[in-house]
Amino acid sequence: MSPIKKPKLAVWKFASCDGCQLSLLDCEDELLAIADAVHIANFPEASRAVAKGPYDISLVEGSITTPHDAERIHKIRRSSKFLITIGACATSGGIQALRNFKDVNDFISIVYANPEYIETLNKSTPIADHVFVDFELRGCPINKYQLVEVLNAYLNGRKPNIPQYSVCVECKRKGNVCVMVATGAPCLGPVTQAGCGAICPTYQRGCFGCFGPKETPNTSSLADWYKNLKLSEDDIMRYFRSFNAFAEPFRKESEAHE
Amino acid sequence: MNNESKSVIERKDFQALFDALSAEGYKISGPTVRDNAVIYDEIGSAEELPIGWTDHQEGGSYRLTKSKKKTLFGFILGPYTWKKLLYPPEKKIWEAQKSDRSFEIVEAESKPIKQAFVGVRPCELKAIGIQDKILRDGQHSDPEYGALRRNLFIVAVNCTNPGNNCFCVSMNSGPGVSDGFDLALTEMFNGKDHYFVIEAGSRAGKKILEKIPHRPAKPEELEQAEKAVERAASKMGRSLDMKGLKEILHNNFDSHYWGEIAKRCLTCGNCTMVCPTCFCCNIEDTTNLGGDRAERRRYWDTCYSVDFSYIHGGSIRSTDYSRYRQWLMHKIAYWQDQFGTPGCVGCGRCITWCPVGIDITEEAGAIREKA
Repeated sequence: MSPIKKPKLAVWKFASCDGCQLSLLDCEDELLAIADAVHIANFPEASRAVAKGPYDISLVEGSITTPHDAERIHKIRRSSKFLITIGACATSGGIQALRNFKDVNDFISIVYANPEYIETLNKSTPIADHVFVDFELRGCPINKYQLVEVLNAYLNGRKPNIPQYSVCVECKRKGNVCVMVATGAPCLGPVTQAGCGAICPTYQRGCFGCFGPKETPNTSSLADWYKNLKLSEDDIMRYFRSFNAFAEPFRKESEAHE
Repeated sequence: MNNESKSVIERKDFQALFDALSAEGYKISGPTVRDNAVIYDEIGSAEELPIGWTDHQEGGSYRLTKSKKKTLFGFILGPYTWKKLLYPPEKKIWEAQKSDRSFEIVEAESKPIKQAFVGVRPCELKAIGIQDKILRDGQHSDPEYGALRRNLFIVAVNCTNPGNNCFCVSMNSGPGVSDGFDLALTEMFNGKDHYFVIEAGSRAGKKILEKIPHRPAKPEELEQAEKAVERAASKMGRSLDMKGLKEILHNNFDSHYWGEIAKRCLTCGNCTMVCPTCFCCNIEDTTNLGGDRAERRRYWDTCYSVDFSYIHGGSIRSTDYSRYRQWLMHKIAYWQDQFGTPGCVGCGRCITWCPVGIDITEEAGAIREKA
């Protein structure tokens, strides 16, 4: 493949911890193949060399939390043919969306010595609330194999194999013993989208819901069951209010237990 | 099998079964304790069995407890099913390599290993028989399954201690085995004597039995073993009235009650994953980044996912209730139409391992009552 024909890839950062975009550098075995297949045109974490847009693929990490970012994402959308959001911040607003349940001004006055310099939005919101998104890749952080799969599918003109069913499906395939049934540990697996490889249940912990709500999640039934496991209303609220607190099914469930 | 053919193995000689199977080249899998449950894994000796362990099951709850009895098979059933070893959860089917103007297909290697399953419960034996009909003898048979099945040695263990979620009597699949095994055991333990009443059900079974120290069973031993299995039949935790149930379900396809179940159902798919007869799979094609190599893989799938019934234009079963209904109706009604037998053996795993304890016997019963 000649370098000119390689699709141009850009990586963009909004309010986030950088963990998801670093998954790209974490692709060790596949990294050379990726660098071979695409022209990495804008990826400040990897290189200072920045090539001008438009870009064929944009990977967008982070949520929108400032008026400046709310503008910037539109510019990125305009210069991107295919825009993929990566991670819980970009797809649901992230852990910083905890602010959405309170008045942001209260936080600003507590956290910053000079609150007058802070210009921020009331809510931390996912990218799809602002611009059209071609594909959302879930996770906190994303799974690097899923990232390679999405890029791979794009490059080969096929549909990515990213299932939207529950963590339970991959947990059972893996041969894990269900932690909730066998020990009574609360687990969000039945309402959370697969993709992480059921990491926490593999180590006898309940799922924390890093990959956000699965398709058709029945959060109220699971929350009812949590009561049998002796969880308080406050505990249940906190279970649903973490990395994907602002994803609608989790948000509504946590609000029902406030 | 008549009683004359039954023998007794003493507990102290039980290891000889493992030794005989190993000597014949079988890879032995059986129950063992891991992560707070009895699971099936490769084991090399009788000492790895769940000695003295038992389990207590309720809807959505399983607790492993240590009992004073040093029984080897004193537990009910764990979350694993034998299908894991005959029809693996994930498998490469083939890969393709691109050449100049074409591509070349390389079939995935499949070695039909000789396996021995020790501790197959009667309901599980029935489930293997049901999967045989589909995966070995059916219209779309799986060659690997057929090969593994041909090389399989089954040591069945009769049930003398069924659990709260068991209903094999209703499904005519237990608590005693009648055929389909190589060796069948009934474990007897009274605090003093600990022995196994054993019978061979095949030529291979006889051959293995000959290598294990055994003696003819005494009439009272046979009577006690038979009574223990009979008692188990009267101790079923649940029951499912199958009389006319297929027709009742067909007639109540539009019952509002399905919606009531859907309020609790998580559509997580756990019941299908732990079911010993569920065989649905998804075929996934992937490519490498360069696009010159492709791979086709098979995964256990679940009818609870929206994509499962996706055809051009959308999913056929987009609502939660329609997906639960599909599963229950397939197990009890459609399966009979398709394969001439229900797809349920009454093992109760779907009840135990449902994260919110939805009970197939209760829900099918409710549909019957409301009909």
